[in-house]
Amino acid sequence: MSAGITAVTNGFRGFARYLGGVMGADAYAKYLEHHKASGHQEPPLGEREFWRDRTDRQDRNPQGRCC
Amino acid sequence: MAGIPDQRNYGSRAEGGLATDPDLPPPAVDQATLEAEDRKWTPGKIALWAAIALLGGVAWFMLAVVRGETVNAIWFVFASVCTYLIGYRFYSKVIERYITKPDDRRATPAEYKADGKDYVRTDRNVLFGHHFAAIAGAGPLVGPVIAAQMGYLPGTIWIIVGVVFAGAVQDYLVMFFSMRRGGRSLGQMAREELGVIGGTAALIATLLIMVIIVAILALVVVNALGESPWGVFSVGMTIPIALFMGVYLRYLRPGKVMEVSIIGFVLLMAAIIGGGMVAHTEWGAAVFHLDKVTIAWGLIIYGFIAAILPVWLLLAPRDYLSTFMKIGVIVMLALAIVVVRPEITVPAFSEFAGRENGPVFSGALFPFLFVTIACGALSGFHALISSGTTPKLVEKERQTRYIGYGGMLMESFVAIMALVAAISIDRGLYFAMNAPAALTGGTVETAAAWVNSLGLSGVNITPGLLSETAANVGEQSIVSRTGGAPTLAVGLAHIMHQFVGGTAMMAFWYHFAIMFEALFILTAVDAGTRVARFMLQDSVGNFVPKFKEASWRPGAWLCTAVMVAAWGAVLLMGVTDPLGGINTLFPLFGIANQLLAAIALAVCLAIVAKRGTFKYLWIVALPLAFAAVVTITASYQKIFSPVPAVGYFANNAAFSKALADGKTEFGTAKTVAAMEAVVRNTAIQGWLSVIFVVLSIIVIATAVLATVKAFRDRASGAATTDNEDPAVPSRVFAPAGLVPTAAERALGAEWDKVPADARLERGGH
Repeated sequence: MSAGITAVTNGFRGFARYLGGVMGADAYAKYLEHHKASGHQEPPLGEREFWRDRTDRQDRNPQGRCC
Repeated sequence: MAGIPDQRNYGSRAEGGLATDPDLPPPAVDQATLEAEDRKWTPGKIALWAAIALLGGVAWFMLAVVRGETVNAIWFVFASVCTYLIGYRFYSKVIERYITKPDDRRATPAEYKADGKDYVRTDRNVLFGHHFAAIAGAGPLVGPVIAAQMGYLPGTIWIIVGVVFAGAVQDYLVMFFSMRRGGRSLGQMAREELGVIGGTAALIATLLIMVIIVAILALVVVNALGESPWGVFSVGMTIPIALFMGVYLRYLRPGKVMEVSIIGFVLLMAAIIGGGMVAHTEWGAAVFHLDKVTIAWGLIIYGFIAAILPVWLLLAPRDYLSTFMKIGVIVMLALAIVVVRPEITVPAFSEFAGRENGPVFSGALFPFLFVTIACGALSGFHALISSGTTPKLVEKERQTRYIGYGGMLMESFVAIMALVAAISIDRGLYFAMNAPAALTGGTVETAAAWVNSLGLSGVNITPGLLSETAANVGEQSIVSRTGGAPTLAVGLAHIMHQFVGGTAMMAFWYHFAIMFEALFILTAVDAGTRVARFMLQDSVGNFVPKFKEASWRPGAWLCTAVMVAAWGAVLLMGVTDPLGGINTLFPLFGIANQLLAAIALAVCLAIVAKRGTFKYLWIVALPLAFAAVVTITASYQKIFSPVPAVGYFANNAAFSKALADGKTEFGTAKTVAAMEAVVRNTAIQGWLSVIFVVLSIIVIATAVLATVKAFRDRASGAATTDNEDPAVPSRVFAPAGLVPTAAERALGAEWDKVPADARLERGGH
């Protein structure tokens, strides 16, 4: 019984993670990963600054949405 | 297929110069292993594909050959899905083998330009969803509904066959070539491959096409919300909801995208339910009952403000909401169609299939059906998304087939579902909803009398059915609700109420459908205005350099105002058009969209020729020729046809003559002012058609010249220039498709053993 619940919870978590990925919710985590992997000396942007920078860059460089 | 010379050239570009790191496992499955896997046909595999082919064949037989009283909607699902699977497994592999020739030993821009922000390696399945959400919008939901005037079969064939041979090919090729060029945009590629003339023509055409597309999408929203207090309230509420989400993400809990999306979704549902309550109060009905002209002006003002507000405040949060809704709605629609399996009574070919004066859109089946359904079969707008955004996120080259080709197949499936939803409603109801008020007279009695006078087989509609349906979906009237969105909403409500909630829920489902279509379109309008403004600023900046500074407010505002004025003028023209705006303008939308597709395919043709792939050039030339013939024929008829219902200038001349003769009413225009409006509108629409087609012919001609030159250069042994970024060896591995193959799994296991810090070279930046 509990195995079934675990499976359902895991499935739901996986789906939520997938949806989050599609919507770009994991952008900051991926930025940190990149920052770490590329061995930058300076500290990474904070979460708040990263998201600010992200939308501000979209302001300067608009992306189309399709019909 | 061994022994075909081209095969031996596979990947030869990259060989020699491309040395991958010997300390790492190979970043690509060995070419011979790949081919062996492809060519190994186990009995199970043969049985599976035979079953898919058989099921698809039976489904097509049921749709196209069997002429019963009704046909079950499930056959549409089988016919489309089986054809997509076969197209994906076989045709897209032909394209991969002979045209794109991806090489996983090469790093993608997401790897060699990685910055953690714009260039980020993204899991293929996540990117598939991301790309799909970016290309799919209201287009595939609207076009098939309008095209259903001709019966279900012509639209079904075009959506399914068109996507396999044209739409998905375009998306895949543009994505691949943009990826090889560091994620360059279609405009930049056109400039590089076609030279200054072709590039400039492509740029102007893109800008104009964008204006038309935004205007007509806005017209669809206006038509859906006109005289609908419920719709106006619930769609209007999306603005404060998005603003709240924007502030929440910026100041309260930055980065909590899923959390805020769920909050936004709950608020959105509350807005739909609340809209029903508000519309039933006296003050609500009075305040939110707006005519179409008022809504159009509201949308124009909104469009301007939304495009100059910072992205974080309105665009970004609404984008999250719209992505969330998009995936939910499509899953729901697919489930509902499979579970409910509605019986379709619409004939395969309707009485209007052989005529050119249909009330929903005018013009003969060829070419106008093929422009009416643009998104879902072949959409040029996708080329703008497939270049630029997605290529910067692709992890491995071979994944572009899955994401580009596969993503477009998915959109085509959305179009098929929209078609099924629209044709599941009564045919009489369909024509009463989709014919302009000038024909139906606007009331249930006149509409029913007019529909019954068409002499359509099996159609006998009563005024009672029209008012009952309107009451069920919570609207005052559904007569002449043109634009496709309300019909789809009625169809969706019709299917969904059998699935969840019964008749009591029909009004909710109707407004739910109107809400998501409006949400997609408002996002497209906002983003389209921004992109168009940006292009205009860039172009003007060539003469007045100050305009190139994106942060220079007056320049940005002025260019935004120009773009909003341009689409706003077309929108107002459509809203006030005495002939019925959708009827005359929708073909222009389709023509514009497919001319853009022709431009994108022309650029691809030149690139493929320069790579020396002449034997398989037809894979690009076929959809290009078809798109060119369809759009140029359609434009030609719109410009030169002597039939006033089809030709803009013929109509213009007819109305001008009536005015000169001193008539005070003519055709569906009942006043002199209305007649003057027709003269003005037809002239503008006619000249727009002329400009579009001339620009596109220039682009196609320069592409053909570039192709011929490439052929000559090849024959004479002259060196051809290649605009690809230099090849960089890759240091990562990921499977290409949805399910990893045995060889991919084995290689993946090897990579899993490599310590994380040894995989990527430490960059010095």
